[in-house]
Amino acid sequence: MSTTYPPRTVDELDRAAERAFRLPAAAVLGSVAVLLLVGMVSVTQGAAGLPVEGVVRSLLDALPGVHLHQTLTDQQQAVLWQIRLPRTVLGALVGGSLAMAGAGYQGVFRNPLADPYLLGVSAGAGLGAVLALGFGLDLSWGPVDALPAAAFLGALVAVTASVVVARGSFRDPATLLLAGVAMAALFSATQTYAIQKLDESRSREVLSWLFGRLATNGWHPVVLLLPYVALAGVVLLLHARHLDVLRLGDDEARSLGLHPARSRLVVVAAATLLTASAVSVSGLIAFVGLVTPHVVRLLVGHSYRALVPLSALVGAAFLAFVDIGARTLAAPAELPVGVITAFVGAPFFCIVLWRGRYGA
Amino acid sequence: MSIPTLTPSSALRVHDLRVAYDGTEVLRGVDLELRTGEWLGLIGPNGSGKSTLLRALVGLVPSAGGVELGQGGRPGPTDLSLMPQSPELPPGMTVVEYVLLGRTAHLGWLRQESAADRRVATDVLRRLGLASFAGRPVLQLSGGEAQRVVIARALAQQSPVLLLDEPTSALDVGHQVEVLELVDELRHEDGLTVVAAMHDLGTAARYSDRLALLDRGSLAAVGAPREVLEEDLVSRVYGHPVRVHELDGHLVVVPAPRAARHTPTAPVSLADRRQGAQTDQEVS
Repeated sequence: MSTTYPPRTVDELDRAAERAFRLPAAAVLGSVAVLLLVGMVSVTQGAAGLPVEGVVRSLLDALPGVHLHQTLTDQQQAVLWQIRLPRTVLGALVGGSLAMAGAGYQGVFRNPLADPYLLGVSAGAGLGAVLALGFGLDLSWGPVDALPAAAFLGALVAVTASVVVARGSFRDPATLLLAGVAMAALFSATQTYAIQKLDESRSREVLSWLFGRLATNGWHPVVLLLPYVALAGVVLLLHARHLDVLRLGDDEARSLGLHPARSRLVVVAAATLLTASAVSVSGLIAFVGLVTPHVVRLLVGHSYRALVPLSALVGAAFLAFVDIGARTLAAPAELPVGVITAFVGAPFFCIVLWRGRYGA
Repeated sequence: MSIPTLTPSSALRVHDLRVAYDGTEVLRGVDLELRTGEWLGLIGPNGSGKSTLLRALVGLVPSAGGVELGQGGRPGPTDLSLMPQSPELPPGMTVVEYVLLGRTAHLGWLRQESAADRRVATDVLRRLGLASFAGRPVLQLSGGEAQRVVIARALAQQSPVLLLDEPTSALDVGHQVEVLELVDELRHEDGLTVVAAMHDLGTAARYSDRLALLDRGSLAAVGAPREVLEEDLVSRVYGHPVRVHELDGHLVVVPAPRAARHTPTAPVSLADRRQGAQTDQEVS
């Protein structure tokens, strides 16, 4: 066919091809800017406010090759570096992990209702936490404390059990989902039973963990979390293209040369690792993993190659933002951050659904 | 566009292909040789195994027996591309993105599309007259447009054999012809081999070099359309008496009234038929 086309059309075609599956730079810059802004507010706000200028000087001074005159007092420096900054970074890491895992699960199960707790992560982690906090189960190992270790292992055990019940088949997502529902019910019931056996003060402690609470012991949890987030995050990012192919359904994906079961296994493993490690240092934070990918879809469309990285950025900013409220709204007491994510996230999501822009 | 060329004789050999769903045999030992560059029409009633055969060729259903490329080896997604009967059109995906997914088998396990892959996609779109559609969401396309886009994706796969599962079942007559003519044109230009499961026997006869008639999972006949579309055979396989007419040089298969007697003859022209009908009336 030697038909000639007007150049305008060809330009449009080439531009559309360039844009295909690309991560929009504006959205990345925008969400990075929001994340930095939220981070700045987060480190300056708290029981004692820190001056913005002094904080900026102190932060920039930490960069290699930059030396600035410091205006913060030693005590303020300590608050910034030992309390606020690690807490903010932890919030961002946890939020980013949950949101990214949520996007991964939604892609793998081709289901907008999928969230990171789907295959029993929450129930498994919860049971682990109950056993560690309430019954003194000590799985601490090396630098890992008893609580995160138990929650992490509990999450992995529950997901593994779901996979085993589904006969290890990643071919049939529906069976895997149902196995996850069954396992979650079983672990939740065990957890509820165990909590009833506890005395009041211990059960309060367990419940406050279950509602989601970012760990407060400085850089320790950040350091624990970072290797998992880095590893699983990279794996998820590299598999975003697989999720785009999976949107055609397993049969078509397979005829195009993808191995849906293998891709699903890798993505579920990475997303589970992200979720389990996040949960181990933060408890069960609701809603971030479910809602963030949907909000990002409204901004940049449905391509997972844009969705996965942007969900990480937006989820990070969202949780860091919500955590400001958790620390300050009822100061000196701390509100469970998981409750606030739901308080903020649910109405926002309702507005989005009400306006009917979703799925357009 | 460069398509790898195969040995001139055979594109694909199917030997004793068997498929069973839950113990029920759906394909009962199909032997078939596909010649390079031919259009093979797969016909047969619903449930005779047309789709299953196509799906077994690309490995979507577990099968026993052999599927081998002309030059040897099991076919993969760079050898065969399948156009499904009702393709999934994901919300929010643009036409060019959809076509780019056809490049999946050409990318590594983790790699992104290269500039060359984008080039292939834009070339295919331009060639099919879809250039101005590139940025549109696939969900907003009409049936005919969508079918062209699915063909574009199959072409972007750059495999020498194109498998079509009822490519025109959802289209009106004008768009049916448009899509089939397009496939035929591409076949001649690129030396593609086409296997198409088709419902309409006349259309199948018109576009196919050979027809393969499936009857409950077995091949009842393979050969030139005029040989396969034999009234007795088609009537038996479809479970209803049919008449085969010739109209403007093309075969037309029409159902006969239940009561009508049909004599096993070679296809005859419509004029002869009319004469025959008149004779019948005279007799009655």
